[in-house]
Amino acid sequence: MCCLTKSGKILTDVDSLRSEIRDKSVRVIDVRRENDYKQDHIPTAVNLPLANLLSDDSPERVLKLVNSMGIDDETSVVVYDDTFGALASRVAWTLEYLGHSNVTLLETTYSHWKSLGLENDSKTPEIQSKEHSMHLRSEILATSDYLESAKTRDDVILIDNRERLNFLEQHIPGAISLPYRTLASNDHILRSKDDMKRLFDNRGITGNSEIITYCGSVGTLSGLAYYALKSVGLPNTKLYVRSFKEWKNLQKPTEKQEDASYWDLSAE
Amino acid sequence: MTISDLGQSSPESVKPKINWARIEETDNFANTVKLFRQGKYDEDSFRRFRLQHGAYGTRMTGDYAMVRIKLPAGEIYPHQFEKISQLSEQYSIGSAHFSTRENIQLHWVILEDVSEIFRGLAEVGLTSREACGNSVRNVMCSPLSGVCSDEEFDATPYALATARFFLRNPMAQNLPRKFKFNFTCCEKHGMVRMVDVGLIPQIREIDGSSQRGFKIFLGGGLGNKSYVGHQLEEFTPEEDLLYTSIAVMRIFDRLGDRKNLARNRMRYLVNDMGWEKFQNLVFKERAIVRATQSIITQLDVDTTPDEIKHPIRITDESGSLTPDGYARWLKTNTVKQKQSDYRSVFITLEAGDITANQLNALGNLIRDFSSEGKARCGFVQNVALRYVLEDDLPRLYSKLLEVGLAKSGALTMTAPIGCSGTTSCNLALTNSHRLAKEIQRKFLELRLDEDDDLSDSSIKISGCPNSCGQHGIATIGFFGGGARVGKDMYPNYQMSLGGRSDGETMLGEICLRIPAKRVIPVILKIIEVFKDRKKSGDTLKSWIHRIVNGNEDSDIKSINDIKKILEPLVIPPTKEEDPDFYLDYGSDTSYHTKTGKGECAA
Repeated sequence: MCCLTKSGKILTDVDSLRSEIRDKSVRVIDVRRENDYKQDHIPTAVNLPLANLLSDDSPERVLKLVNSMGIDDETSVVVYDDTFGALASRVAWTLEYLGHSNVTLLETTYSHWKSLGLENDSKTPEIQSKEHSMHLRSEILATSDYLESAKTRDDVILIDNRERLNFLEQHIPGAISLPYRTLASNDHILRSKDDMKRLFDNRGITGNSEIITYCGSVGTLSGLAYYALKSVGLPNTKLYVRSFKEWKNLQKPTEKQEDASYWDLSAE
Repeated sequence: MTISDLGQSSPESVKPKINWARIEETDNFANTVKLFRQGKYDEDSFRRFRLQHGAYGTRMTGDYAMVRIKLPAGEIYPHQFEKISQLSEQYSIGSAHFSTRENIQLHWVILEDVSEIFRGLAEVGLTSREACGNSVRNVMCSPLSGVCSDEEFDATPYALATARFFLRNPMAQNLPRKFKFNFTCCEKHGMVRMVDVGLIPQIREIDGSSQRGFKIFLGGGLGNKSYVGHQLEEFTPEEDLLYTSIAVMRIFDRLGDRKNLARNRMRYLVNDMGWEKFQNLVFKERAIVRATQSIITQLDVDTTPDEIKHPIRITDESGSLTPDGYARWLKTNTVKQKQSDYRSVFITLEAGDITANQLNALGNLIRDFSSEGKARCGFVQNVALRYVLEDDLPRLYSKLLEVGLAKSGALTMTAPIGCSGTTSCNLALTNSHRLAKEIQRKFLELRLDEDDDLSDSSIKISGCPNSCGQHGIATIGFFGGGARVGKDMYPNYQMSLGGRSDGETMLGEICLRIPAKRVIPVILKIIEVFKDRKKSGDTLKSWIHRIVNGNEDSDIKSINDIKKILEPLVIPPTKEEDPDFYLDYGSDTSYHTKTGKGECAA
């Protein structure tokens, strides 16, 4: 299956989400920290802080979490965050990996939702647990071993989504740099389809290549890139979810842009 | 972090009068990059094309470019700051760089992303077209033009009109080499003798009526070999400005050296030919230009005055205590304008670098504090907010503190110029960029910015002999190179003293080679020697000026005398004694000089 949802939808726009909430036809997941969630959130949203998920993201644990959020195979799920969509992407990808086929990202961040003056409340909804099946979709996951062998193939594109200076300092050999900031446009966590397509075309990210994304440590920035690639219909995309942190811990080879002191150009 | 929100820019924002962009150049560039990558475009043609569009090569790699965004006359508007902030986060390193020629540079951009930057720039009316290559580079104007109490009139509209006339003009697409115009306000604030064409506005009284015009200087410039420009004539009336510019460019185009890349700037032509001969040629050529233009060609000078309007702020106006450091900042970063009640505020940067967040913040600060609603780039890798009401200064200072832009010393010796050096440039031999930052940090810590004896001096550093760091016109200038003890190399700088770019423009005199890690102690020693001998009213600049001109009567009479005092400080230790001596700033691996192909001459 090439797309995130059966309909091929990646994003849910603000107005659609509001009407789905009114129709009670959606499960909204807020992946911000618990304290932020308790303060206020999109009405009916449940809270799954990313840190909670990452403390143990084995499929068995994820299945329990999903069940406890009242999500079965048919539930339409929308995920949001306040960190340019990266944390939401990681959660959405995890659901997708479990075999859930109906999950999308809110097109914008919670801050922007609020700045538009849209409804929010501080109520924690009562959730009735449901039973979700488990059909792991290994075709969207890249492990370090998989990556190491895939990298040698010509039809594989490896994308590093960390910031440029980090990439220059150290990256997986053969990776191309596409900082996560490139993917957004103004208030939207992802650029419009045409804009995204042009960006990828320019960079030679096209066609039927297998594409693997990675970032610093837990697959958030690269999770957003995973959905960016999906948004233009690139069919064969995988997330190296343990990312550069694991790669380095395993002492696998890395590459560096040599003979230039680029860090000294930064005003940080 | 949140995504920068362009949607919320205030409707009150002043909009630029001129759109410099052409959107079609965006796709053209993207397609040409593709053809080049497919091998359908040869390397040399592609390089010329790339440079013509303002994308410069990057140190030791063909994968990255530097995009140089032109800001004609140095003008930049709030929404343009916000767009450049966004572009720097998306395609560059999350920081941007103010150059010495009123450009903002985005470094380490992937070549395939350059066209996306063009697209973003076009949205806000900016271009990098002809910011590199053999073309008319950004036309500069003094950041104080229009507000300087010594100027005769505001040259800004003339600078903008000149930029507009030559941008994409066929006559300026394939010159023997780059060509630069600097307009200024007055002798003191200008750089008119160190550029191909330098212009100071002048008013002449004839029969009781006053006529606008310029003092024009030709054939100066900084480089591997630097020359001071010559004044063309007593007074050039404004209607002759364009004819003179065209005439000079035609002579350069015709006679400039297209073969010897190292000697093809116009200053070499002037020097080889001799000034008088060149001057006569200009007069003749100007007569021809004047007589043969099929229609009367004049610059489209828009002298409608800008609206000066005190901004309405939505931000908190409640009185709070003026933060510490305000008086120091006020003294070293602001200039009184000729318009009473207003000051121009210069922002201190480190070697011109600024973060994306700070760029974004500047957008709102301009809206909130500048009555002209825009900012002006300076000549020394900085930027100025003008028309700030005196009463608003404490509040502006507080706001600058919040975003890390309130450092003092912008208008003093403690804000050195450092070219990009080994951070990105193919030709660099040393990390001049970081050295400038190290000097600034140390000197601010020592509070040297508050010392009136030092404030009119300058420190300028280039990472190689090619003068992008303008070392030749610094009170204390440095250019980088390598030196060795046995087989061990260390970064080294040639120091020159007494350079200046004002009415008494001269190039600094070579003094001594200083190892990179001894530059700071050496400057401090020079200051100490000066302090011991200073006379009343002296500044470091005037003292050094006396020495280089042979007019000093203390025991230090010449550069050679200074050299003798400094020599003990520059003796290299062994590698065992001091391994750090052998490393350049910002590097933990052993120093070696390594360069790629330069593109200045491409």
